Amino acid sequence: MSLSNIFNVAGSGMNAQSIRLNTTASNIANAEASSASADTTYRGRHPVFASVQAAMLNGGDALYSEDQSAVGVRVDGIVESQAPLQPRYEPESPNADEDGYVYYPNVNVVEEMTNMISASRSFQVNVEVMNSAKQMVQRVLTLGQ
Amino acid sequence: MAITFEKALGIHESAMRLRGERAGMLASNLANTDTPGYKARDFNFQEALDRQMTGRNGDFSLQTTQHAHIRGGVKGLGSVDALYRVPNQPSIDGNTVEEQVEHAEFMKNNLEFQASFTFLNSKFKGLSKAIKGE
Repeated sequence: MSLSNIFNVAGSGMNAQSIRLNTTASNIANAEASSASADTTYRGRHPVFASVQAAMLNGGDALYSEDQSAVGVRVDGIVESQAPLQPRYEPESPNADEDGYVYYPNVNVVEEMTNMISASRSFQVNVEVMNSAKQMVQRVLTLGQ
Repeated sequence: MAITFEKALGIHESAMRLRGERAGMLASNLANTDTPGYKARDFNFQEALDRQMTGRNGDFSLQTTQHAHIRGGVKGLGSVDALYRVPNQPSIDGNTVEEQVEHAEFMKNNLEFQASFTFLNSKFKGLSKAIKGE
């Protein structure tokens, strides 16, 4: 394992967390986007994280690589929340159906806020790791001077 | 008395390399804080260093006695055995990364890397002084 691998790993972590932050922003922004039918209503989106071997990150063959210790993060996909939508009785809304109901997204703003804080903290940790790795590499470069 | 790099640098070169390796492993743990099912990994530094210094490594490759033989076996972890960390508190998604523990280990590892670096650097300084005859 070389120190430069740390940059790949921390970078993949930062990437994953920023995707998580993006979906959270999208969820909060659309939290009050009501719609006339359940089909067209916005549903909360959440990324699914999975770990990925470092050799795969570099496009190599994971099975016979020298190093299987470094593990990055990959976003496996983004799934829509299957929680029930919130129908509200708002007959005066222009979106209301014939029974006077509008559908609101199944986004829980409190949950999204905790997700946001968690994502930004994890992002910070990865930045810190990268900074430390940078320092280590820079020190190695000054060896013998 | 001949100066060889191996004799002159001693344990510090191996130590620094292993510190780098461990930093990578801990970085992986920190990157996967939110990955469901990820198991935190680490290795026993003392044991790995012992192994390095005595020349025994954890390579389970097959012995080849002729050049036509195919090299086989598990190369994987090279000189270290990656173990799994036992978490203090279990989590429901099977992830065993405890951020504060990993963070502390990472910082400690970083400092020890710098210590090894300082030793190695002073060895080199000593060598160049000896060569110049100062």
